[in-house]
Amino acid sequence: MIPISWILFLSLSLFFIGIFGVLARRNLLFVLISLELMLNAVVILFIGASRYHAPSIANSDGQIMYLLVLTLAASEIAVGLSLVIHMYRQHHHLDLDKLNKLRD
Amino acid sequence: MLATIFMITAAVILISALLTITAHNVVHALLYLVITMLGVSLVFFLLGSSFAAALQIIVYAGAIMVLFIFVTMMLHQGEKSLNQERHLFHFSTSITAFILCSILFAELAYLLFLAPAETLSNMSQNHYSPAITVKQIGQQLYGPYSLLVVISALLLLSALITAIHISKSAENVKNKAEESNL
Repeated sequence: MIPISWILFLSLSLFFIGIFGVLARRNLLFVLISLELMLNAVVILFIGASRYHAPSIANSDGQIMYLLVLTLAASEIAVGLSLVIHMYRQHHHLDLDKLNKLRD
Repeated sequence: MLATIFMITAAVILISALLTITAHNVVHALLYLVITMLGVSLVFFLLGSSFAAALQIIVYAGAIMVLFIFVTMMLHQGEKSLNQERHLFHFSTSITAFILCSILFAELAYLLFLAPAETLSNMSQNHYSPAITVKQIGQQLYGPYSLLVVISALLLLSALITAIHISKSAENVKNKAEESNL
């Protein structure tokens, strides 16, 4: 039997690792990877909550939210990676701090 | 037994997530990220949602990672980009972010372990429901949640169109620049 506080702690730690990655990295690819980690932390929370819910039909709600988050992550990554390719074609680097002008 | 397996999996997930964030080479970071995804799917298996675990392996560790690796193969320039990345990220530049994150993390962990112990143990022992089958999920998904399926289909379609448009407009910009040079 897994205590629910362990699952909460795992999700919390993974989420803060993701936040650290978003704050500290300046490469656009690494920022996208950190976003993936944060989404995974949220998903662990959903699945754990659906598992420890009182037995009812609403138990599958966590996995349905997981499907929605999966769709969101896939579309976010598709758009984000096409933006990465666009940025590399125009600037020949992936440094986010140098993107401080709105045109050119 | 389950608790031991969960602790080992959680340790693997956290260590490989830290290595993902601190790696300099993008390909190494992606391989560590695959390990993280597989660990998360093992946690799903331990929690009894096998459908979500299978989807995690197929979509995250399969499809999304292939997308990342293709983009990395298009952009990676070996030693040059590695040096660029070493210049962009080292520990002295990320010390502020680390301090801020660890303060927030310590506060939230303190709140988590400050919660009354009876609530947490009640939640984890009295209401341990049976495993959820795929049939239940399908019935829910095409019954009360059918609007959600339509919305996620629209989301995927719009993401597809956006990705095509962004990659194509880069080509157009290049072509127009060449024409104006001529």
